[in-house]
Formats: sequence, structure tokens, C-alpha cells
Amino acid sequence: MARITASVYTSHVPAIGAAMDLGKTTEPYWQPLFKGYERSKQWMRENTPDVVFLVFNDHATAFSMEMIPTFAIGTAAEFKPADEGWGPRPVPMVKGHPELASHIAQSVIQQDFDLTIVNKMDVDHGLTVPLSLMCGQPLAWPCPVIPFAVNVVQYPVPSGNRCYQLGRAIGRAIRSYDQDLKVQIWGTGGMSHQLQGPRAGLINREFDNDFLDQLIANPAGLAEKPHIDYVREAGSEGIELVMWLIARGAMSDCDPGGRAPLVRHRFYHVPASNTAVGHLILENQA
Amino acid sequence: MALAKPYLDVPGTTIFDAEQSRKGYWLNQFCMSLMKAENRARFKADQRAYVDEWPMTEEQKQAVLTADLNRGIRAGGNIYFLAKLGATHGKSFQQMAGSMTGMSEEEYRDMMIRGGRSAAGNRVVGEEGDAQAHRQPQGSGSGKLV
Repeated sequence: MARITASVYTSHVPAIGAAMDLGKTTEPYWQPLFKGYERSKQWMRENTPDVVFLVFNDHATAFSMEMIPTFAIGTAAEFKPADEGWGPRPVPMVKGHPELASHIAQSVIQQDFDLTIVNKMDVDHGLTVPLSLMCGQPLAWPCPVIPFAVNVVQYPVPSGNRCYQLGRAIGRAIRSYDQDLKVQIWGTGGMSHQLQGPRAGLINREFDNDFLDQLIANPAGLAEKPHIDYVREAGSEGIELVMWLIARGAMSDCDPGGRAPLVRHRFYHVPASNTAVGHLILENQA
Repeated sequence: MALAKPYLDVPGTTIFDAEQSRKGYWLNQFCMSLMKAENRARFKADQRAYVDEWPMTEEQKQAVLTADLNRGIRAGGNIYFLAKLGATHGKSFQQMAGSMTGMSEEEYRDMMIRGGRSAAGNRVVGEEGDAQAHRQPQGSGSGKLV
């Protein structure tokens, strides 16, 4: 059977992708950030999964004003890096895993979550920057990726609890797949940041570090945090953090009898462009 | 029952809710068109002619032509859509966000390097933080992206 070996959490700031694409990672501004991911790349090489299930948000790229799915699962064989206005990032095509994605869609929809099934979706920095941070700059990504897009742009956006419960359902779906696959689930976006208005540039270290503590030790409690707390404390774009609860909900200890995960890596850095960068690697214990 | 909007008392912040999205539909769809290189080239060649192809209000067109992102957001734009306009002008998200504070690019970048804007005083309208309406603009920037 398939199993979830680990979950990874990281911010997905577009400037990080640009810094890598333009060869700026050793500049003094960027060096401390990329140093924080050296261990992660090493860990990824040593623990390459068969599939990554990658939770991210589309930033008005694949989904315009015409159609805004709350939760969308990519079931295609491949996904093209998007042109967000600067030209596409020079990164590999993302290969999907249509069989597992279709199984997850069926299982999760039958667990009463209404997913949108997407077969054509260009993927933006929300998906490609985490891959770059964890895998560096390979000619091909090390494994297939199932993109899972969450609407956190157009209100109403889903609650933390909805995301957490969805994560639990995704976990059950993956664990019921009849092939022997090692799967990682990644939650991306955040941490505190605001990209608009006179309040742009808001950073809240205390909120972010408390969020990381609770995500590790008390995810069900953290899932109760109302939207307005994210907006007020972590900035209007800090709402992306609800996506981390999807990945966390899929871990073993969120279902009865499961053991708490091991914290393999924790990193926090301010700033990357406008944003506080947070990062965690949690491993399920066998 | 009207839409619940518990976020209206957050200073210097516009939440992209159903009302904003209805208002900004064509402004945001115009921005989406800039994801194609040939449209970016046409826009840059004659901005006025290009915006006139879209059923935007004159206020929305002026927000685009003056590259004033706060004005675009007031007119229903969302930052992730407006970012396509910023990208077309060759600007980064940091330059876009900074332009909305009234700081110069250097002033905003320095604030971020110092750890960003504090939430203290900026949680609720009527406090004394630097994002409050009575403390604008915050620096020596033009408030415009270009």
C-alpha cells in the first residue's frame, strides 16, 4: 500500500525563484535564506519519494476571474510552468501522477469533499518555488508531482478546519492506494506577509513561530484559528497558511492510533522580498 | 443577510471579497491578458489603445495608465492580478508592494531588511501604527510603480 513518509512546509515567494534562476543565491541578501535549505536538499536527496502531493495556491494564473475552484486536484500527465508576466521560469516540466491523483479524487470526493478535477493547468511560482528550494536546479524534477490548488485569493476562502479535515481525508485516500508508493505531502505559502495597501510589508515573528509550534504539536487546535486572526496578525496574504493544515492533517497522528511525527528540520528567516519564510520537515514514524 | 465583513477595521488593507471582485472584474481580466508576451508588447507600444479594448471604467484605465496600484485596488483590482501589470513594467513584487506604502524603493527594502512592518498599532483602525490612514504617505516615494 502507499504510505505518507513525510510532510514538508515552506513559503513560496516568487523572488526566491528569481534569485535561483538569475544565479543570485550567494549574494549577501539571499545567502542566509538558501543556507537554511541546504539540509533540506540533502534530506530530499536521501529521502526522494515516489510522488509529491503539493498543496499550493494559484496566484491568478491558471484560474482567472472566470472560474475559481476552492480545491482543485491536477490529474494530468504534465503541467507547464506558467508565464506570470515575466516569462516562464526556466524550470523543468512538472510530471503528474494521473493514477494516484484520480484515486485520491475518487476517495476524497466520496468522503464528502467537493474537489474540482483539472486536466489543464499551468503551474505558477506557488508550485515551482518549493520544488526549486527542495530539489535545487535539476534537468528534471526527481519524482512526479500532484498539484493541489487551494483558493486563498478570492473570498470566501476555506477555513483552517476545513483544510485540516480535508488533509485527513487525503491521508486516508493515499493510505488506501494499492501500490507500494512512498508519498510526501507538502504545504506551501505564508508565512506572515502583506502585498497590498499602506500596510504592505507586515511581518509578525511571534505569530509565525507560534504557528510553527502549534502546527507541530497541536494541529487540531491550530485549525480552529479564524480567518480574521490571520489577516490581522499575519497580513492579508498570510491567509495562505491555512494550506499548511492540509499537509499536516494527512500525517499519521491526525488519525486515531498514529504516532506524532519527528521534526527533521525547522527554519525561519526574515525577509525574502516582502515575506517571512518558514520551513519545516516532519517525518512520520513507522 | 449582507456579507459578513469582519475585516473592514484592519487598517491599510482591502480584502478581495465578492463586492471588490464584481467591481474589478474587467480590470482583473485585462491584467490576465498580460500573461501573453504578444499582449505585453502591444500594451507597451500604445497603453491607451490597449486599455480601450477593455470594458473598464475610466477610473480603472487611469489606475493602469498611471501605474497606481492603490488606485487599482480601490477600483476592484487584486494584487495577484495587478502583478501582471507590474511584471509587464519589469517590476518585482517588492517594488509593487513598496509603491503602495508611499515609500521609495530603498526605504521599503530597508524596512523589510530591518524585519518588516510591526503589527503593533496596525491591527485595528484608530491605533497609532504607521499603516494608519492619518500617517500616510510613509516616505518619499511617488506612490506609483513607474
